[in-house]
Amino acid sequence: MLSRRRAYVCRNAAGASQSPSERVSIEISIFTCFIQGSLMLSLWLNVVASGILMGLVYGLVALGLTIIFGVMRVVNFAHGEMVVFGVYIGYWSVRMWEVPIIAAAALAAAVMFVFGYFLEKLIVKRFVNSPHHYQFIVFIGLSLLFSGILLVAFGPDPRPTASQLSFRTVSIGILTLDLARLQAAGVAGLLIVMLGAYLKYSSFGRSLRAAANNRLGGLIVGLIIPRIYAITFGIGAACAGVAGALISPLFDAQPYLAMDFTLLAFVTVIVGGLGSFGGALLGGLTIGVAEAVAALMFSPSMKTALPYALLIIILIFRPRGFFGVREV
Amino acid sequence: MHDEALLSVDGLCLAYDGSNALNGVSLDIRKGELICVVGANGAGKTSLIRSIAGTIPASSGVVRMNGVDITRKPPWEICELGIAQVAEGRQIFGALSVEENLLVGAALKRAKAEQVNTLESVYALFGRLRERRRQLAGTLSGGEQQMLAIGRAIMSKPEIVMFDEPSIGLSPALTDVMFSVVKLLHEKGATILLVEQNVAKSLSLCNRGYVLENGSVVLHGSSEELLSNSEVQRAYLGM
Repeated sequence: MLSRRRAYVCRNAAGASQSPSERVSIEISIFTCFIQGSLMLSLWLNVVASGILMGLVYGLVALGLTIIFGVMRVVNFAHGEMVVFGVYIGYWSVRMWEVPIIAAAALAAAVMFVFGYFLEKLIVKRFVNSPHHYQFIVFIGLSLLFSGILLVAFGPDPRPTASQLSFRTVSIGILTLDLARLQAAGVAGLLIVMLGAYLKYSSFGRSLRAAANNRLGGLIVGLIIPRIYAITFGIGAACAGVAGALISPLFDAQPYLAMDFTLLAFVTVIVGGLGSFGGALLGGLTIGVAEAVAALMFSPSMKTALPYALLIIILIFRPRGFFGVREV
Repeated sequence: MHDEALLSVDGLCLAYDGSNALNGVSLDIRKGELICVVGANGAGKTSLIRSIAGTIPASSGVVRMNGVDITRKPPWEICELGIAQVAEGRQIFGALSVEENLLVGAALKRAKAEQVNTLESVYALFGRLRERRRQLAGTLSGGEQQMLAIGRAIMSKPEIVMFDEPSIGLSPALTDVMFSVVKLLHEKGATILLVEQNVAKSLSLCNRGYVLENGSVVLHGSSEELLSNSEVQRAYLGM
């Protein structure tokens, strides 16, 4: 839109004092310029837009990680596996029941919430007060265990979800976007807003924030900390699971994806600031756009490298991340 | 005496890292009483409050509330029985607003239904908190944070409130305000266990007192008795 207006202004300015033939040739060259320019522009806009869309999904994954860390001071190294569980839930429910991906995401949310809740009750709670290196080992162990279970259950081969949705696109002006990506981003964005509102305004959300802010203070006023922790872990796992189900039309379901997602979630959270809600969202958007732009500017293989470069730059100039708290 | 006590502590011991913070402390409070536990730094005052509240489990001994053993109960169940505390260092939620802090104080089943009314009564007591209710609690001054901690304890509709050194870190003027707030709450019918380093002020406020030294009760009696005791005068009142 902007470029078209600029080209129009150029043309008027150019046409003021030339002879008709010159004017035609200039108009043609400006026109090709305009076409090329607008092609480049639309390419860039498309890339940035799809980066933003993926960024919202990354934001949701990172939110799951950051909420668990913020409340429990526990780092979930098995977060990527939880995303992959979600991918498989999306994959199987679309294949077996041909449900829309949104229904699969709802199923993933429910299953992963219950999974996270009981994982906390059975295992994680025993290590909440342990030193960090104990927790580290426990979560790496869980992550290996979950990957192993996925391998045994589904085998190492990628399974393409390849639903109709994977190939559909939507055009908005000069933007042409994957429907699957748009839908994933829309649902992720909506969930982020809803979760934010729940934490901000509900009575349980208030207790959760209080426990995150001051655990001893929470014990003093009688908050049922174990219950808050189990629900928090459930919410975190559900965020990962939903995000996994939402992107199942875009990624082939494969157990080895987990490590990538864990690392990506970490980069996102650290860029945004550990334990910060807004930080997870902003970090997700930054990483999503950085990935997309890297693929366009350098080469697609740079796609995974740039977020880490960005991480290093941000750690140098702003070690707390965008919104990080000083004491973290 | 034991039967009518609202809260009774019997032979409470607490060991931290091998050293004994509490060495068989016994005390009791009847309904409507205002008693104080005084002692120097490190005498075990905070340990006493924490083990009653269940945040640090006692190694041995018994705590009873209305005759029921609560020694091994988790803190949230103890709070639900009506034991609230204004903790050392206030322990407010700095990243939450003043009003949110107060509402979290009413998250217990015993208090939730009436939280709107209780909130109103806390605001009536501390006008300053009403003025600042949208402000983050971490931005309040020390005295205001102390009021918030007291307000938050009131929000749980407690049977008994334990104050852990409410005057610590406050100016002499604010300390007087804090003591008058404690007195006011008592006059309104609250049962109060006040733990203080400020021996003279707290004894003159209370009916009875206990003197804690190295984790043991070395003296107890009415405030007049303690204030006229030569040991107390020498060790704590500088006479």
